[in-house]
Amino acid sequence: MTAVQVTGVTKTFTTKAGLVTALDDVDLTVEKGEFVSLIGPSGCGKSTLLRLIADLDTPTSGVIEVFGKSARQARLDQDYGIAFQTAGLLPWRSVAANIELPLQLHGVDRVGRRQRVAQLIELVGLGDFARSFPEQLSGGMQQRVAIARSLAERPELLLMDEPFGALDEMTRERMQSELVRISAETGAAVIFVTHSIPEAVFLSDRVVVMSPRPGRIRKVIDVKLGDARGEGLREESAFFASVTEVREALHGAPATGTARGVDTR
Amino acid sequence: MILRRVLPPVALGVLALLGWELLVQFAKIQPYLLPAPSAIGKQLALVLPGLWAATLATGSNALIGLIAGSILAIALALVASRLRFVDQLIAPVVAAIAVVPIVALAPVLTNMFGATSETPRRVIVGVVVFVPVFVNTLRGLRQVLPVHRDLMRAYAASNWQLTRTVTIPGALPYIFTGLNIASSLAVISAVVAEYFGGLQNGLGSRITSAASNSAYPRAWAYVFGAILLGLVFYAATLALERLASRRR
Repeated sequence: MTAVQVTGVTKTFTTKAGLVTALDDVDLTVEKGEFVSLIGPSGCGKSTLLRLIADLDTPTSGVIEVFGKSARQARLDQDYGIAFQTAGLLPWRSVAANIELPLQLHGVDRVGRRQRVAQLIELVGLGDFARSFPEQLSGGMQQRVAIARSLAERPELLLMDEPFGALDEMTRERMQSELVRISAETGAAVIFVTHSIPEAVFLSDRVVVMSPRPGRIRKVIDVKLGDARGEGLREESAFFASVTEVREALHGAPATGTARGVDTR
Repeated sequence: MILRRVLPPVALGVLALLGWELLVQFAKIQPYLLPAPSAIGKQLALVLPGLWAATLATGSNALIGLIAGSILAIALALVASRLRFVDQLIAPVVAAIAVVPIVALAPVLTNMFGATSETPRRVIVGVVVFVPVFVNTLRGLRQVLPVHRDLMRAYAASNWQLTRTVTIPGALPYIFTGLNIASSLAVISAVVAEYFGGLQNGLGSRITSAASNSAYPRAWAYVFGAILLGLVFYAATLALERLASRRR
């Protein structure tokens, strides 16, 4: 069964400069349990597409189905969890209270909330920080809290909009490994927006390469790296082959290998 | 620790009083210009029961006006932050209220409610308090980050849930900024409102009557009472703010 079905979706915005086509006739299918990255330069509409799937915006035309329902119904039914580029934690709430937020909003009782929060804090490795406040945490730790919060209601779909974009490279790679582990443990489908090629390859079953103005899907690349993705993977040749494939799709023309950097005047 | 924080300002206060006393004694300043602290202290001891009663009368007017004006201001700010047309409707009215002179309002209200009523003073305090609380609250309510708005929409949260879990907690520091300003204004306006007739039971009326009898040290004793009252109000809102920020 499919998790997300995007069919012929177009999204236009009216700005002072005129009509901007953020997405032009986009089709995309994401299967249950599948990890799909959306990658492309700024303005290619990858975040817009994610927002449409989350029903934070509505498409100008086209249809989006999430688990066979309309995107709006899926949002109302809380079928997905979401994490943004900024952690978006409420600064006056402790780590535990932030993770608890969705459960509290949806009327889960106190005991149920406490148990679930304890599990989630363990899952993201923040056991010692339950009572800390966001300002006391590093950026990476805040983002882990946000991920724990997005998993609170055991969604079968995770929507992530560049959640590691503001982190330093070392923290970022560690967070990627954790996300691989978490998504394997939860079995949720993930749609992951990024503009890092290695990140997309390391995490994904498929990488959707997008191009800007108007936002379109240029190519969908299957990453066949298997399910066991340890740190060693980053140094394997299969990994580099996929990175190269995505890079070439992004830049539109195959890199010849010899001409790069060569002065051809 | 407490000693180090409390001692310097207290020492400064004592030094200032001492300097004041010496200045009056040695420069032979007349009491109607500036009475010596010792003379004021003597009066303070004499009028203490009356001072207490007057402080209570003015204090309760200030408190009632402060609470009523603040509740109205916060409620209207909540509505204005949600409904654009209410905001546009209220903005000019608020600007008008902000410039209402107490001097003009006090005699009119005293006529309206009668000279034996406390109501005019409470209304004046309410009017004066309204503006800073309204303006700051509204600003605070508009601070919601787009990411928090998105998040709450993703959670299919109701408008009321958004208000209660994100908007109001985020606005609290702003609301308390308004209340801090308002608490001092409340005492000042409650005292000043008494200058324009009506009941003779509060600090303001005692100050004017003492001054018109040339009893300047006594007038100053009541001024001292007004200062203490203002400090109590200010400290109380600060304490309330601490309490609220701990458990929002």
